[in-house]
Amino acid sequence: MNASSEFVLHLADNALILGQRNAEWCGHGPILEEDLALANNSLDLIGQARLLYQHVAQLRNNGSTEDSLAYFRDQQDFLNFTLLELPHTTALAPSARAERDYAVTITRNFLFSAYMLQVWEQLQHHADAQLAAIAAKSLKEVRYHFQHAVDWLVRFGDGTDESHAKAQAAVHFLMPYTQEFWSEWPVSQAIFGDVNTLRTAWHDLVHQVMAQAGLQLPTAVAYITQGHLGVHSEHMSYLLAEMQSLARQHPGATW
Amino acid sequence: MYLHTLPDGPLALPAKDDAHHAVWQLLESVTDPEIPVLSLREIGVLRAVRAGSDGLQVFITPTYNGCPAMEQMQDDVRQCLKAAGLQAEVITCLSPAWSSDWMTTEAQAKLLAYGIAPPHSRSSHSEHSRVQWMKPSSLLKVACPQCGSDNTTETSYFGSTACKAMYTCLACMEPFDYFKPY
Repeated sequence: MNASSEFVLHLADNALILGQRNAEWCGHGPILEEDLALANNSLDLIGQARLLYQHVAQLRNNGSTEDSLAYFRDQQDFLNFTLLELPHTTALAPSARAERDYAVTITRNFLFSAYMLQVWEQLQHHADAQLAAIAAKSLKEVRYHFQHAVDWLVRFGDGTDESHAKAQAAVHFLMPYTQEFWSEWPVSQAIFGDVNTLRTAWHDLVHQVMAQAGLQLPTAVAYITQGHLGVHSEHMSYLLAEMQSLARQHPGATW
Repeated sequence: MYLHTLPDGPLALPAKDDAHHAVWQLLESVTDPEIPVLSLREIGVLRAVRAGSDGLQVFITPTYNGCPAMEQMQDDVRQCLKAAGLQAEVITCLSPAWSSDWMTTEAQAKLLAYGIAPPHSRSSHSEHSRVQWMKPSSLLKVACPQCGSDNTTETSYFGSTACKAMYTCLACMEPFDYFKPY
C-alpha cells in the first residue's frame, strides 16, 4: 500500500526547506571545511526532496511535478516542521540575513538528523516500495549529517565558555520546536502508529549527546508549532521568496 | 520511476555468451564524470541491461540522492549506445540502494592509483554501533594513496563531492580524498 501523498509531501518539504536554509552557508561558512560540509548536507537534502516530490507527483497523478511542488506552492501549502524554516540565529531577527550563528545551525541539524535517523530506519521497511527505497538511501546520508552535527555540538558544549554559552542558547531556543515532531497528526499516525517508540529512541539519543556535550535541556513549553499543518512562522515567506522568485519570474525556463 | 528487480553487489563484465555482452562491453567506456578512471559498472552505478519492448533498457542507480552527475551519466550512456546505432532507454532505480561495497576490487585498485583512498568495507563496521559505523577516522586507518603511510588525519568529513572526505597524510604531508563508505 502506498503512503499518503500528504505524508510524503511533508517529508519532501522538510528536506527542501532545511536544504535551502543550510545552503545559505554556501560561500559564507565559518571555515572552508564547514562551508563544504553544509553545501554537501544541502545537496543530500535537496536530492532527497527531489525524489520525494517526484513520488508525490506520481501518487497524485494530477499533473504536478517536482518543480511545481517546490516553486509554485505558497506558504500555507508547505507542510514542513517550523523548526526547519527558522533563520540561523537565536535572536528574534527580522530576516535570515541577520548575523548567522553556527551553534543554531549545528543544533538544529543535530535535533533533526537524530529524528530522521529513526524515521528513515522505520520507513525503509514501509509497504510503499518507492518510499522504502528513498528511505534506505536517505538513511545512509543522514548518518553522516548526524555524525557531523554531534561532533560539533560536543566540541561547542565542551569547548570554551563562549562556545558553550552559544550552544546552550541554541538548545534552549530550538528544543521547544521539536515538540512538533510528536504532536498529534493523523497523517503521521497513519504511518508510524504509536509515535512513542520513535520518541523514546530520539529522546535517548538526544540525552546521550547532550550529556557528552555538557549541555542542559530546557523543560517543555505549552505552545507547539504547526508548520506541518501549513501554519508557519514569519520567516517562511522570506525563505520562499528567495527560493521561488526566479522560477516564478521565468515559468517553464530551462537551462 | 518504476520498480524493477535488480541485482545487489559488485558486477563483473558478463561472459561472452551473455545476450548483452556487447552492450556491456561498449558501456565500459562510459566513466564516472567525477572519477574518470572508473566505468559506471566498476563503481556500481550500472546495474542491468535488458531487452525492452521498444529497444534496450539500461538500468542505473544513483550513488548519493543528490549526486549532480546523474543526468550526465544518463546522457553519456545514451550517447555511447546511440553512437553504436543502439536505441536505449536509461532507467534510474533506487532499490537496492547503492553501496560503496559494490565497487569491484579492480575499481578499488584504480581508485588508489588515481590518488583516492578506496572506501573501507561497510561489513567491516558491522560489529560497531551505527554511530561508529561512519566514523572511520577514529576506528580505521586510511592509508595515504601517495606514500602508503597509515599516519593520516581527517581534515574534513565532506569534500569536493558528496562521496568523499578530505584527509591529510602526516608522513608525506600530501592532502588526499577518501571515498566514504555508503
